[in-house]
Amino acid sequence: MAKPSPHDRKYTKEHEWAKPNGDGTVTMGITDHAQELLTDVVYVELPAVGRKAGQMQPIAVVESVKSVSDIFAPVSGEVTAVNEALEATPELINKDAYGEGWIAKIKMDEPSELDGLMTAEAYEEYIKANPH
Amino acid sequence: MKRTPLYDRHVALGATMTEFGGWEMPVQYTSVIDEHKNTRTLAGLFDVCHMGELEVKGPQALDLLQWVMSRNLAKQQIGEMKLSAITNEKGGIIDDVTIYKRADEHYMVVTNAATKDGDLEWILKARQQKGLAGADVKDLSDEMGKIDIQGPVAQTILTEIVEGDLPALPFYHAMDTRVAGMPALVSRSGYTGEDGFEVYATISRIVEIWDLLLRVGDPHGIKPAGLGARDTLRLEAGMMLFGHEMCQTVTPYEVIYGWITDLDKDFIGRDALKRQKDEGIRRKLIGFELIDRGIARHGYPVIAVGEKIGEVTSGTFSPTLGKAIGLAFVPVKLKEPGTELEIEIRNQRVKARVVQLPFYKRKK
Repeated sequence: MAKPSPHDRKYTKEHEWAKPNGDGTVTMGITDHAQELLTDVVYVELPAVGRKAGQMQPIAVVESVKSVSDIFAPVSGEVTAVNEALEATPELINKDAYGEGWIAKIKMDEPSELDGLMTAEAYEEYIKANPH
Repeated sequence: MKRTPLYDRHVALGATMTEFGGWEMPVQYTSVIDEHKNTRTLAGLFDVCHMGELEVKGPQALDLLQWVMSRNLAKQQIGEMKLSAITNEKGGIIDDVTIYKRADEHYMVVTNAATKDGDLEWILKARQQKGLAGADVKDLSDEMGKIDIQGPVAQTILTEIVEGDLPALPFYHAMDTRVAGMPALVSRSGYTGEDGFEVYATISRIVEIWDLLLRVGDPHGIKPAGLGARDTLRLEAGMMLFGHEMCQTVTPYEVIYGWITDLDKDFIGRDALKRQKDEGIRRKLIGFELIDRGIARHGYPVIAVGEKIGEVTSGTFSPTLGKAIGLAFVPVKLKEPGTELEIEIRNQRVKARVVQLPFYKRKK
């Protein structure tokens, strides 16, 4: 069973999370449900710092032994930091998807985009209805 | 999609199911890496009931097999198992199969799942063209099941429920025996690079054998393993997969099947292969590892001096070696181990190096 979705952040239908940091940036990653579906994450392709992405545009790639998955930017903006620890230890995503397995920080172009994302409750309902 | 008799077992074990060769098969139960490592260190149990079995019997059985197989089977002994290719007139590979000699004039050909119907049709056509009415060909696939038990403790586990002297069975040999009291054919062989066995029994008893192997194997650490682990295990062991490394426009010499191609006998494709051998091949299947970060996958371009010169046929992250490995076709002049290449991954070129196959060899 997936770990409960923390309430301090918002969620996308593509299973990303975005946690506002209070300084106009969000930290983003993929959900625990997503890492369960992927299982063994063996490679993460991180974006370059400074890269700009529109909301729900591909920003990173996560690979398991069997699959290659695009990860989408939950909000539009500019990448200000990436989790370089994932280069050597991509399994951090499996171990701690909501913490140490974070992928990038994005400076938001349009903070109101967060309002359009799902709350933790809504996301849990969503994955119950769409288990795969 | 077809299902094996073990389908309900897979679902109950929480397997993720996938389509493979027209069958709904388990890709993983818990994690590909766990199942892979468990097979390398202890034992893995694989449902391979989707594979095809064809029986070739009668006074002209050997004549027919000699005509359709690249391998010379003239000296095959009863109980011996042989790997062979079936090739078309141009020498292209129709399938790669194993052939069991069950008795004089009695053989079993084990095929890949997706190619079975085509193989049967091809063999029947060859039989007709050659006028080999004394060879009966029968499709046993619906009545025969197959389970592979692979890994260092496979023998310990299987010995508990098999009659006869299993430890004395040599590699690539089979014995007619009983497993859990049920008639079965057991060979020491597999597709993982580990010691292990392939077990054939009537399809109606396969669930019993599966359950029993999991029960008696539990104290020894056996775990079911899915097609995901089967693929990473075979790739580490440098074994090829039909549909990836092989297809009807690829010849045995271009891959690593020269050793099972015998030009000293006549068979379909022999003349074309003789010509290719005399003239020399242009491309060759090689093993590579990535020097840069990334994972190469099936279909990714291989680049040398800025140009696309080949293609990755299989690629993955190797759980045993902890790095990205793969197989690819390259021009012959680039086949030597140590040669540096580039692989294009999502429009970026990453460095790779040709390495000797297999990637992994078990310690004996």
